[in-house]
Amino acid sequence: MKEPPRWYPAAVSLGAIMVALVLGGILIAFAGGDPFRSYAHIAKASFGNLGVLSDTIVKATPILLTSLACSIAFRMKLWNIGAEGQFIMGAFGAGAIVLTPILPADTSPWIFIPVMMLAGILMGAIWGFFPGFLKARFNVNEIISTLMMNYIAISWVNFFIFAVWTEGGFQMSPKFPENAWLPRLLDYAKTIPIFSGLTTHLGLLIGIVAAIVLWIVIYRSRWGYEIRLIGDNPRAAQYAGINITRNTVLVMMLSGALAGLGGMSEITGMVHRLQTTPLAAGYGFTGIIVAWLAKLNPLVAILVSILFGALLLAGREIQPSGVPKMIQGIILVCLIASDFLMRYRVRIVRAGEEA
Amino acid sequence: MDTLERKTTNPSVAEGATLFVEMNGIVKRFPGVLANDHVDFVLRHGEIHALLGENGAGKSTLMNVLAGLYRPESGTILVKGKVVNFSSPRDAIKAGIGMIHQHFMLVPSQTVTENILLGLDKPRFRLQLNEYDHIVADLSERFGLKVEPRAKVWQLSVGEQQRVEILKMLYRGTDILIMDEPTAVLAPQEIEDLFKTLRAMVAEGKSIIFISHKLHEVMAIADRVTVLRKGKVTAAGLDARKTTLQELARQMVGREVIFHLDKKLNTPGEIVLEVEDVCAENDKGLQALNGLSLDVRAGEIVGLAGVAGNGQRELAQVITGLRRCTDGCVILNGEVICNRSALVGIQRGVSHIPEDRTGVGTAPDLSVTDNVIMKQYRRPPIAQHGMLNMQVATKFANELKESYDIIVPNVETPVRLLSGGNLQRVILAREISGQPSLMVAVQPTRGLDVGAIEGVHRLLLSQRESGAAILLISEELEELLSLSDRVYVIYEGRIMGEVKIGAGGSSPEMIDTVGLMMTGTPLEQIRKGEAERNV
Repeated sequence: MKEPPRWYPAAVSLGAIMVALVLGGILIAFAGGDPFRSYAHIAKASFGNLGVLSDTIVKATPILLTSLACSIAFRMKLWNIGAEGQFIMGAFGAGAIVLTPILPADTSPWIFIPVMMLAGILMGAIWGFFPGFLKARFNVNEIISTLMMNYIAISWVNFFIFAVWTEGGFQMSPKFPENAWLPRLLDYAKTIPIFSGLTTHLGLLIGIVAAIVLWIVIYRSRWGYEIRLIGDNPRAAQYAGINITRNTVLVMMLSGALAGLGGMSEITGMVHRLQTTPLAAGYGFTGIIVAWLAKLNPLVAILVSILFGALLLAGREIQPSGVPKMIQGIILVCLIASDFLMRYRVRIVRAGEEA
Repeated sequence: MDTLERKTTNPSVAEGATLFVEMNGIVKRFPGVLANDHVDFVLRHGEIHALLGENGAGKSTLMNVLAGLYRPESGTILVKGKVVNFSSPRDAIKAGIGMIHQHFMLVPSQTVTENILLGLDKPRFRLQLNEYDHIVADLSERFGLKVEPRAKVWQLSVGEQQRVEILKMLYRGTDILIMDEPTAVLAPQEIEDLFKTLRAMVAEGKSIIFISHKLHEVMAIADRVTVLRKGKVTAAGLDARKTTLQELARQMVGREVIFHLDKKLNTPGEIVLEVEDVCAENDKGLQALNGLSLDVRAGEIVGLAGVAGNGQRELAQVITGLRRCTDGCVILNGEVICNRSALVGIQRGVSHIPEDRTGVGTAPDLSVTDNVIMKQYRRPPIAQHGMLNMQVATKFANELKESYDIIVPNVETPVRLLSGGNLQRVILAREISGQPSLMVAVQPTRGLDVGAIEGVHRLLLSQRESGAAILLISEELEELLSLSDRVYVIYEGRIMGEVKIGAGGSSPEMIDTVGLMMTGTPLEQIRKGEAERNV
């Protein structure tokens, strides 16, 4: 078979997005909107000025971390669709440090933030461990188990914010002390005036560092090599003496840890209190789409996350939930369908001709 | 198998009996393989006709043509005197031809009766299962096929499932039944029952084509035998009563001139590998190795001959740590290595050229570099503090590309784009570069062209000279006899015997002996037979 040229996969993906946007346009037209104006509005409302760009990046940050979580699991063909739950548990872990409280409210941010990061990572990893262990030990389908664990995570956090840490009976915890907030650009507005009002927080940096580290792990480390080998051909991995069982558990834990870190970043950078509604906003599921779109490459995921952040943010200006979510869904379906063009060469055979 | 007594002397199997099937000049080609090369085949009314040959000889292809699954490129088929042109198995069944494949085509969650009715036009709407249960029960009684019509298929043993398949064919009015290696999955008592059924069917005027490579069974059940070898007929319609085991074995295995290889005389060194009374199960949980023992010394190539599916794959897996043995043990340089892990083997210098190059031996989407470091990535210089030194790895891959003539634009190319011969060179390069003390090579030349085969042979011989112990598992008898210093023959998970090949190479007698062992006669029996003849 002849290898298609290097640009072919990128062109097919781009084509798939174009097709999705056209379909989305038809959808908008049906809903009574003007597709061109809507798309133009989306572009302006997400990249138009520094303020909206910052908002886009704030939206992109949790998506980036969940997409990294998905891409490492998908790399080994572990279908972790539980990034949502792992994200929420990460937020819970970080919140617990403040709310239990494990550290007093006047702790220095230099201690607060690393401890909360560790707590988020730990809770996410635990939430990834269970399905990983069940898969490795009893061959339990991880799609089902991770999906179910999402609901457990939401209910778990709900229990705490309804009963234990509720603020005056509302379904949310009290606000965190500012020591436990991730630094934001607006914190430096006094010295750099241009930063005033920008809510981009340290989570972006955490996400980018995580992406770079993950890239190095996947493509340059022994462990990453094992993960790629298992993902491509588990029987060859076995033949090369690689322990698949152990790696299944470890990769699910890493995946959970990344999603948990995302939850920590969101709660300490953006929400500043434990509350389910803004946390369980589907970042874990959007991460699946972004991971695929980035072809599981962590560095590409940075870019794609920002695009999806824009779609989420600006889409809200058209309609709070309906249409923008549908466009996302259409993009994913088109991308998955385009995979067919990558794997097979299409040849048209007329009826009557023998193949 | 001595209990299988010959009973059929069906009068209708005389010369000149009506012809049920005539296949003339059948040609069937697959990419790169000529599976059937102008094959003629004649089936008479009321006979059991065995189709004998090694794996890949073209038996199943020929029968798939007859059953309407494949279309031949050329040739004609006559059924009961009429020219037919099947475009699907349905046409073949209409003409009275039914085939039972090695893998049964049954729905496990349905009952026997439901399976038999599946795909038929009647009953049309309402399943009157009670009524049909009786019909099935009567039919099974008539042919001695004991099976409960209401039982669900998943509850049945393999032997019973086979009976359901036969009933399915009988219910559809089949009078020409093709059975593809029907005894491979059966216990001895079940084989006996099957043979009774086949005889009952023949007594009712049906004809049976029995595909097999087990000579004893063929001699026990068949009226006539046709032998295929490499897609061609080597013996057409021999009368089973007038032929001998030796004759059939020879036709099946052939007696081609063994090509001569430049094989230096080597005195084997210490024992490297000892396999002692190993038992193991296959993926289906059936016994695949039955107390098998052999040994391989440093600096020698030991061949393992046998028809595929007699435990070769399982043996290779047990030695390389990819399969557990249930009994016995494997010793490498004095250390027990079985039932530990594949990693233990790799670290002790066991290299493995797997049978399945794309499924096991390589990761198709990964680059040549990633594929050649598969066994080396744990050790420096490629591994450094948990990281991979990609510069070293790339250099290593480029060196192997040069010295093993791997034809590829660059080492970043994914190996799925490589040809079979190139892919095998990638595997060989990887497995040899680790300087193994033991090399287990399974079918290392299968599917390669002549030039590539020669290259593989040369590499194996150079490994022998540099003192590696090599276990060569192959179905190519010529290859085994020309490369090996000794050849073991495996049959149903046991060693039938061992043949030493001296400086003079192999002799025709050796080939006959190996051929007989491959079809299930232990060496002592062959020797005893020879001694008796000489007296």
